[in-house]
Amino acid sequence: MAQPLPFVLNVPEIPEDHDQEPSPYDESEVHDSFHQLIQEQSQCVAEEGLELQQRGLGAAAPGTSGSGRQALVGPEDAAAHSTATLRILASMPSRTIGRSRGAIISQYYNRTVRLRRRVSRPQLGGVGRSARPSLRLYDLELDPAALEEEEKRSLLVKELQSLTVAQRGHMLKGMPLGLAEKRSLREESRTLTGKHREQRGRRGLFPCCGWLRDTCVLALHGLGLWLLAGLHGLKPWRYALKRIGGQFGSSVLSYFLFLKTLLAFNALLLLPVLAFVVGVQAAFPPPASPGPVPAFTGLELLTGGGRLTHTVMYYGYYSNSTLNPPCVPTSDGGQCGRETDGLPYNMPLAYLFTVGGAFFITCITLVYSMSHSFGESYRVGSTSGVHAITVFCSWDHKVTQRRASRLQHDNIRTHLKELLAEGQLRQGPRSVCGRLRQVAVLGLVWLLCLAITLGCTVAVYAFSELMIQSPVSAEQGGALLALPVVVCLLNLGAPYLYRSLAALERHDSPVLQVYVAVCRNLILKMVILGILCYHWLGRRVGALRDQCWENFVGQELYRLMVLDFIFVLLDTLFGELVWRLISERKLKRKEKPEFDIAGNVLELIYGQTLTWLGVLFAPLLPAVQIIKLVFLFYIKKTSLMANCQAPRRPWLASHMSTVFISLLCFPSFLGAAVFLCYAVWQVKPSSTCGPFRTLDTMYEAGKVWVRRLEKAGPRVSWLPWVHRYLVENTFPVYLVSALLLAVIYLNIQVVKGQRKVICLLREQISNEGEDKIFLINKLHSVYEKKERSRGGRTQEAERLEEDPDAR
Amino acid sequence: MCSSLATRVAPRRPGASGACSRALAAAFTMGNKQTVFTHEQLEAYQDCTFFTRKEIMRLFYRYQDLAPQLVPLDYTSCPDVKVPYELIGSMPELKDNPFRQRIAQVFSDDGDGHMTLDNFLDMFSVMSEMAPRDLKAYYAFKIYDFNDDGYICAWDLEQTVTKLTRGELSAEEVSLVCEKVLGEADGDHDGRLSLEDFQNMILRAPDFLSTFHIRI
Repeated sequence: MAQPLPFVLNVPEIPEDHDQEPSPYDESEVHDSFHQLIQEQSQCVAEEGLELQQRGLGAAAPGTSGSGRQALVGPEDAAAHSTATLRILASMPSRTIGRSRGAIISQYYNRTVRLRRRVSRPQLGGVGRSARPSLRLYDLELDPAALEEEEKRSLLVKELQSLTVAQRGHMLKGMPLGLAEKRSLREESRTLTGKHREQRGRRGLFPCCGWLRDTCVLALHGLGLWLLAGLHGLKPWRYALKRIGGQFGSSVLSYFLFLKTLLAFNALLLLPVLAFVVGVQAAFPPPASPGPVPAFTGLELLTGGGRLTHTVMYYGYYSNSTLNPPCVPTSDGGQCGRETDGLPYNMPLAYLFTVGGAFFITCITLVYSMSHSFGESYRVGSTSGVHAITVFCSWDHKVTQRRASRLQHDNIRTHLKELLAEGQLRQGPRSVCGRLRQVAVLGLVWLLCLAITLGCTVAVYAFSELMIQSPVSAEQGGALLALPVVVCLLNLGAPYLYRSLAALERHDSPVLQVYVAVCRNLILKMVILGILCYHWLGRRVGALRDQCWENFVGQELYRLMVLDFIFVLLDTLFGELVWRLISERKLKRKEKPEFDIAGNVLELIYGQTLTWLGVLFAPLLPAVQIIKLVFLFYIKKTSLMANCQAPRRPWLASHMSTVFISLLCFPSFLGAAVFLCYAVWQVKPSSTCGPFRTLDTMYEAGKVWVRRLEKAGPRVSWLPWVHRYLVENTFPVYLVSALLLAVIYLNIQVVKGQRKVICLLREQISNEGEDKIFLINKLHSVYEKKERSRGGRTQEAERLEEDPDAR
Repeated sequence: MCSSLATRVAPRRPGASGACSRALAAAFTMGNKQTVFTHEQLEAYQDCTFFTRKEIMRLFYRYQDLAPQLVPLDYTSCPDVKVPYELIGSMPELKDNPFRQRIAQVFSDDGDGHMTLDNFLDMFSVMSEMAPRDLKAYYAFKIYDFNDDGYICAWDLEQTVTKLTRGELSAEEVSLVCEKVLGEADGDHDGRLSLEDFQNMILRAPDFLSTFHIRI
């Protein structure tokens, strides 16, 4: 981006050599633009130049550098070196960024010009002659014609005018200038817009197009701002989140933010289903089922059966034909025509496509947010720098409560001490025996945990087989709850066992401990869900051959969700409230229990998996999940405020958010998608209920429709063609997969190359630093020589004055 | 400069309840019915900060509440009012922050910590969650540069570490930490951190965006 500065060897003549400004022209290698720089800065730095000396004297510690490098003769030895050197140092470009507005303005002028160059060709006609940059380089900082700050500012204003409104706003907001300054820049760039309208009008084909475009853009901008304000107003729980962040910090806040994200996902899932499936079916209810309607007892809310069975809540309610609006019999008593008026609405197709489409949208959103989060938190070559990051980035400015702030101070102090201790201990080698012992303990604990998981899995499997074999009718409420209770108990109890086993092993880093705990809990939950899925799709379908097995599966998932909520409540009550009471009264400790972030987040992921598994069989399940999440927010918040304290270990909030979203995408959503695909493609729907009752698989509804389209006529023949050659044919799938693999491999190679480039650039920076130190030391030595020679000359002159005869 | 115009807000009551009622009143009125700013002023604030209209009004009432006798309720004539640092530093969002003095100094006009409304809005805009990483890194650099010389030298680092740990680390531990930080982050090995070194280091810390954030 910067032009390489030319080194010239012919030294220009200096008009005078006065004491105030000794110049480095005695040196054989001198740079042309250094002289310009000195001249420019000496005027404006004349009064500020001494400021550096004063502050430098005030600073206590000398600037130390690493061993083996040249020591920088720092500005703190100011007494020994001339003020001219300090003036030069004060005017180094890297140093003026903090103080000089001119440097910021130049920098942003360059950025604005670069932005505009991407949009259109630059026009040079309007730019003043004195500030005319070359065509190749729009770089004010290196322009030899030294500009005053006012000129730079007017250039910046001109550039800002030629941006679009959105770009201008974006550029203004990102500038590190004061607000008053930004407002005046904005004013100036807006007032001159009118005058330049005619000049810019020639850019479009018609002069009026530019004006129309500007008006449209301004109107859209206003609309956008209004929408944004509305959305901000809708942001729920803003004050609650602020209190939580203030009292407990970013780590605990990440749990509540994740809960909000899940709410958004459920709303995304619910809206299409409500609009296209539930709403339509509710408007055209099917004929009432034979038999009496069971009375409403309270147990239905737990079991999901009884009164709720034949409602829009479950799959069985939906009709398998096209829905028409009810026809009004004509006044002369005639029959309704077949398809008189109104659009026929093919329910099976709508059901299939809506659920499929909702899943597709959720998938895209999840993958996008996961990759965005990953991109934010992963950096190429970022492994070192833990001390710097702790010192500069670990103070959480959100914390506002005194006690929490004190806790933060303690945490940071402990963390710094641990880092220092680690650094010193790194030399101590661990003996082979110790390492073997550690590996053995690790292996043993993992084996035990896996054994517990296996035990839980076998228990669930055996219990489910027992439930199939024992004759229990579908109406008996209480017995249906047995399997979900067992599953929930295991999900609750096993993590406590894992935690107690994990106390045996000692990990080097506490973050690794958290990851291992998350991993174990996740394996347990996913394996249990896998067994349950096999139980439903493999065994229940066979066992409930003549009944509505989809309704049963939907009800099972509903029961699991509700009981999971109840057990989470109980866990909150006993794990947090009772524990705090015990520890305060009996054990007389002032410590409150820590909020277990990882465990709670896994609970949320588990609940979301259940929702995704059940959408096909109970379309209103996302609504139940939304209600559950809202309750959970308030309950967890209350319990947190009353009973818990923030976790002591340092928590990489950003990394953990990425991990949570990835866990939501990979085992959770992927598993649900696999379950859905299997249910749609392979399992025979029941023949007595639901929208697919006459078909062999649910996917056949789509095939039937395509066949009907083929017969319909040549106008839509491309759709069956697409279906036959792209969807049913496997060759395009292989082709696309191969292409994706190739793209991934290329990206990996690109990242490897970038890593190499980063290493080379770092070396280059280090070398440039050495050059800079060398030059500064040379400058110091030159001025020292000058001072000494001048001091010698004055001494000579004094001696001659005193004694003119002695020569 | 105190305004005696009839405003649409409740009669002034000192304290948080007064601020609450005024904030509620502001929240319920549409943007162009308020009488504190002109329409152009509010638009300018909206374009130059990361806040929406409602948030700007809410922030104004928070500012006004810090010094009700000093800050007028009518800013249409752009009065030159500065709230002294002692009041700013006693805000609940800042009072337990060890860097509050530096933050106020960096965002104030003269570096003394006394802030006008523009400074106040600027400060919370930069510390809000919508501000980009570069902007936050720039201001974080200025905050940690205690002696304002454009570099974070070892003395600045010692001050930072002392403030972070409330002086509970021993002197040699502090200097060890500073040495390690310089070793890790100093790219050109001149013994101090320049703005580029700091920005490179911030790039490697994805948590920076979430910790350098004040909710208001």
